[in-house]
Amino acid sequence: MSSPYNMMEMMICIASRFLEDGKTVAVGTGAPCAAAMLAQKLHSPNLIILFEAGGVAPLLPQMPISVGDSRTFFRAVMAAGMNEMMTTCCRGQVDYAFLGGAQIDKYGNINSTVVGDYYKPKVRFPGSGGANDFASFCWRTMIMTVHSKARFVEKCDFITSPGYLTGAGAREAAGLPQGGPYKIITDLAVMGFDEETRAMKVESLHPGVELDKVRAETGFELLVAKDLGRTDPPTDEELRILREEVDPLRLVIGRA
Amino acid sequence: MKVLDQGINPLFMDPDPDKAREFFRKKPRAMVDKRMTEKEVVAKFIPDGCYLGIGGFGANRIPTAVIHEILRARRKNLGFLGHTSTHDFQLLCAGKCFNRLDAAYIVGLEARGLSPNARRYMESGEVKVCEWTNYALAARLRAAAEGVSFAIVRSMLGTDTLKMSAAKVIECPFTGKKFAAVPALWPDVAVIHVHEADMYGNAVFRGISIADLELARAAKHVIVTAERLVNNFTIRNNPTATSIPFYLVDAVVEVPYGSYPGNMPYLYFSDEEHLAAWMKAEKDPKEFEAFLDHYIYGVSCFEEYLDRCGGLKKLKELQKLETLVEK
Repeated sequence: MSSPYNMMEMMICIASRFLEDGKTVAVGTGAPCAAAMLAQKLHSPNLIILFEAGGVAPLLPQMPISVGDSRTFFRAVMAAGMNEMMTTCCRGQVDYAFLGGAQIDKYGNINSTVVGDYYKPKVRFPGSGGANDFASFCWRTMIMTVHSKARFVEKCDFITSPGYLTGAGAREAAGLPQGGPYKIITDLAVMGFDEETRAMKVESLHPGVELDKVRAETGFELLVAKDLGRTDPPTDEELRILREEVDPLRLVIGRA
Repeated sequence: MKVLDQGINPLFMDPDPDKAREFFRKKPRAMVDKRMTEKEVVAKFIPDGCYLGIGGFGANRIPTAVIHEILRARRKNLGFLGHTSTHDFQLLCAGKCFNRLDAAYIVGLEARGLSPNARRYMESGEVKVCEWTNYALAARLRAAAEGVSFAIVRSMLGTDTLKMSAAKVIECPFTGKKFAAVPALWPDVAVIHVHEADMYGNAVFRGISIADLELARAAKHVIVTAERLVNNFTIRNNPTATSIPFYLVDAVVEVPYGSYPGNMPYLYFSDEEHLAAWMKAEKDPKEFEAFLDHYIYGVSCFEEYLDRCGGLKKLKELQKLETLVEK
């Protein structure tokens, strides 16, 4: 039995488990950065954290506020620039990247540009930033998000960053390198993608969550893994390090 | 080279490298005193309608003083390079200074949320937009810096970001694979904040470069604002550190704490309280007008703005935060 935790803490703990030792991960601020820091402190001491603005393998003293603030290259091995970081991704040396957005469809395509008509937007969001670049180049991309019908949509109003586009073979046909969405981690479940069709597939349900609930919060038909599992809840050790060492000011985990 | 697909949004700047070469051929190379004030550089190098690029990363190492002066000078119809832009974008939206925009990262302030006023401006239909990615814009500047007309990237392929850009999908003559060709971008003027510069424009910044090395080499005019001016011998004693050589630079403005309320690596952290006040004030257009009058239009210079934000006392706190001095 583990102690109580909130959904942000759970998503961060689960995401951190996917980050293997000795790999590279491109992160933004917030939850992805917390997941990478947690992984480093728990099981992947040689995980290399990269920031698109130029920070390479910093010894992060605390959570950065910006992808370009001075924390992102605190005691780093290099303070580089955008072209250096993105070419590193494009030549195939970055294993993981975290993405976010307002909408995601069943092939893991993401919208972070506009909701509504492009020329008369209901909401204008930031656009790609570096997300489209990471989604195009990195071997495995992950998303941490709240699970809701407004986010998990049949069709994105705008595809900012590529997942598997229209399904099997579509990335290759578009000229994109191999890679693509790997895990979607929500407050309800962990999803992966079907090897054949490239459609989103529920892989494990979080403690206390039933499949019907996940389906009800998803705007498209979800595949279900044959060996549908239960997500292991955050351990006391994960929660302790997350709370005491990664985010003591509760900048991220306090947002749940 | 076969064009297989292309974006439908407008290209704002001419990607012809020979026109750029003609310009650079005539650009003066003399190592002369280029010191000016914010007011003078805006009057001389940032006219209405020009295409502007801002260095740094949104609220990190940004030339705030010159941006404020652009607002006070009521500049309009600028083109803007929306590359990793956050507080700089928020400022230019507050002054409704631009009407065309190459957008990679706009409207947001990263973890701080979306700027309500920037959203209003972008949703008003007053701005012509062309979509890109952060890397695509950095690559466009790199192509310009290299004096060629386009760069090749593997970004944007298969997405609406490409459709709403001005990129073209081409087939590689060697492998037959598809790539996105993105046109070189020579901004009319770039403003870059650095740690140190001499009066000739030899400039040194520390920490990450973002896309500033490329921007300084792509822009037709470069304005450097510097935390402090140094003697030319300081530059010559350690030429390895020079980020931007003088012949790229048109003007040097000394602005201590010039990146405030943004972060300046190794010197002072961002003022999150003040940036939060911006977000709050923006919610109500009337309140925002008064806020802008108080902090920008109603002050005569950057020093006065710093004073209104808490002055030296506040700046000392931010210095402690940056250097992780324990309280």
